Amino acid sequence: MAMKFSILVLGSPYSAQSVQTALQFTDAALNAGHEIYRVFFYHDAVHCGTALSQPPQDSQSIPEAWQQLGVQHDLDLVICISSALKRGILDEKEADRYDKPAANLLPAMELSGLGQWVDACLSSDRVVSFGG
Amino acid sequence: MSKKLLFVFRTPPYGNQLAREALDMALACAAFEQPVAIYFCGAGVWQLLPQQEPASIGQKNLGAALSALPMYDIEEIYVDAEALQSNGIATETLALDYRPMQREEFPALADQFDVVLNF
Repeated sequence: MAMKFSILVLGSPYSAQSVQTALQFTDAALNAGHEIYRVFFYHDAVHCGTALSQPPQDSQSIPEAWQQLGVQHDLDLVICISSALKRGILDEKEADRYDKPAANLLPAMELSGLGQWVDACLSSDRVVSFGG
Repeated sequence: MSKKLLFVFRTPPYGNQLAREALDMALACAAFEQPVAIYFCGAGVWQLLPQQEPASIGQKNLGAALSALPMYDIEEIYVDAEALQSNGIATETLALDYRPMQREEFPALADQFDVVLNF
């Protein structure tokens, strides 16, 4: 029976194994025919939203892996705006608003508030949190 | 529509921002009119200590923020009694109203909630 999952990611992409686990879980759930209602990146996981990650030659970019998964399955990837701003993950609108020299948010991601996570909890059959 | 949410707080108040951001999420859920409960266990019981003075390490007072929980209608607060004891925390000094619990009661508690979030 197909279920609607929402995923809460808390770890930092190159420091915590949990982000990789979340990626693999999300991919596996999709391949098993479940729906991913939303992925919410909170706390250090907002670093998954950067377009500037350049991994070493033999590694994959974790932010880029989320971007690709997001595009492939038309996922709703939400980066928590309050966690993101302080950590320097900005879209064009916020970069302009705060007069910052650059924006760096990946195109498949969207900056939004905790209300999106509350909605995800209400709308999903299961909620799974990774790391922290 | 509403769902009952249980927040498990396992990390200490300072040294990492996770405890602070976890509290922000709990308050946001309550602000969106969802019934929220909190279970403190592991190193999370340190969040309950009174008279925290983190200004000298450049942080805001998490203990003081916790005292705002009743204002958000978050009154179901559970604490792992064994964690309090093993950390040598004098329970008479704790400012928050809470229900102490034994570990084996946790599964039955978690079962009462629609969503359990771990921090």
